Amino acid sequence: MKINRDLCDICGTCVAVCPADAIVVSEFIVNIDNEKCTNCLNCLKVCPIKAIEEGE
Amino acid sequence: MMVQERYDIVVIGAGPAGSVAARFAAENMASVLILERDREPGIPVRCAEGVSHNGIAPFIDIDQRWIASRIDVAKLHSPNGETANMYNNGLGYVLERRVFDAALCELAAKYGAHLITKADALDLVWEDGKITGVKYKYSGEIRKVKCDIVIGADGVESRVGRWAGIKTVVRLEDIDTCAQYTLTDIDIEKDTCEFYFGTKVSPGGYIWIFPKSDNTANVGIGLSGHLSHPKGPKEYLDEFVQRRFPKAKITYTMYGGVPTAATLDEIVKDNIMLVGDAARQVNPITGGGVVQAMIAGSIAGKVAAQAVKEKRFDKKFLKEYRKEWDKRLGKTQKTMFLMKERFMNMNDERFNRIVEFCQNIPRDKFSLKTLFTEAVKGNPKLMIDVAKAFLVSKIKMK
Repeated sequence: MKINRDLCDICGTCVAVCPADAIVVSEFIVNIDNEKCTNCLNCLKVCPIKAIEEGE
Repeated sequence: MMVQERYDIVVIGAGPAGSVAARFAAENMASVLILERDREPGIPVRCAEGVSHNGIAPFIDIDQRWIASRIDVAKLHSPNGETANMYNNGLGYVLERRVFDAALCELAAKYGAHLITKADALDLVWEDGKITGVKYKYSGEIRKVKCDIVIGADGVESRVGRWAGIKTVVRLEDIDTCAQYTLTDIDIEKDTCEFYFGTKVSPGGYIWIFPKSDNTANVGIGLSGHLSHPKGPKEYLDEFVQRRFPKAKITYTMYGGVPTAATLDEIVKDNIMLVGDAARQVNPITGGGVVQAMIAGSIAGKVAAQAVKEKRFDKKFLKEYRKEWDKRLGKTQKTMFLMKERFMNMNDERFNRIVEFCQNIPRDKFSLKTLFTEAVKGNPKLMIDVAKAFLVSKIKMK
């Protein structure tokens, strides 16, 4: 998954629904670890501002 | 303030849950450090800011500095455009969270808690399979602080629980994805919160208008996570604002998630406790979490301080917090959670009928119980649960 940092509000909603523990908010940036990601698309679906898209 | 090498308790997060936990722990003689990631508590605000007077009054003296407006009326809008005013809900406030959160944090400090801002917790420190501290980043430097108990109050995006091996993930159905604008130059009533329901307006959730002055309000939306794609909360909110407040100016934009689940199965383990959004302690129907967080924080803080006195940091001892939470709110939250499923699946016709039903209740007879009872009609098991939940909360109020 890929985060559009111009859009991301760093709200952390995606972290709560990630079953793979692949998303981290740290130092005011959201990071997705694509090694851990299982492509369930939960993060993409809940993102309030559609800042997450498929792809690496 | 000199940061010590060790504290009895380290609290991660200086929101209402963390600050209240820190305050009650410090008040009961524990040494406490709060780590806050942001540069100051309460910022950025991710909240609609509505609370009840009875909910917050036990924890802090009411101060006009953090009250934007007093709310007496809740106005419901049905999908077919009908409205009903609800009274007798008790006095409510729309807060200035940035001031309120700072005040709670100052209260914790007054009782002796230490605080570091811009301190980003990175991980737990483990020794011989036991949690013995917290690793965090401050001013570009990795630091460690030792402690006997870690209290995770790190919000919806909580990581503390996961570090401790607690399952914190919520289902898409059990998170509300939210967008909110603070709008100004709008025509509203300062003492009235408004709610819009309907599958076209806000599927599986609602739109709220919480006034902050006579021409400013938090206007936001929460959609159930499984109904927010491809059209999301921002799109629904923009449509609504364009319709209802075409001339409004936006002074603040924010996004966020609200867990609308039951409390996590596991909120304590050896040397660790979770509170607030991190523990999913939110009213699953309204999405309100400030009061829940403060109640949970007060219980957790007291139990943690007692643990320090008795040098008992094991899960069995800390579980007292769980027991007390379930008695105070946890069970009610579970009932609300079961009711939520029903709310989420209600069609517009049902919403219309509920608002119509509300219109016909005499003003002095109105109560949330009457409303919920109507909403769960036709489901006897749920009705009994609701009656019980309200009975319990009534007894506690006395």
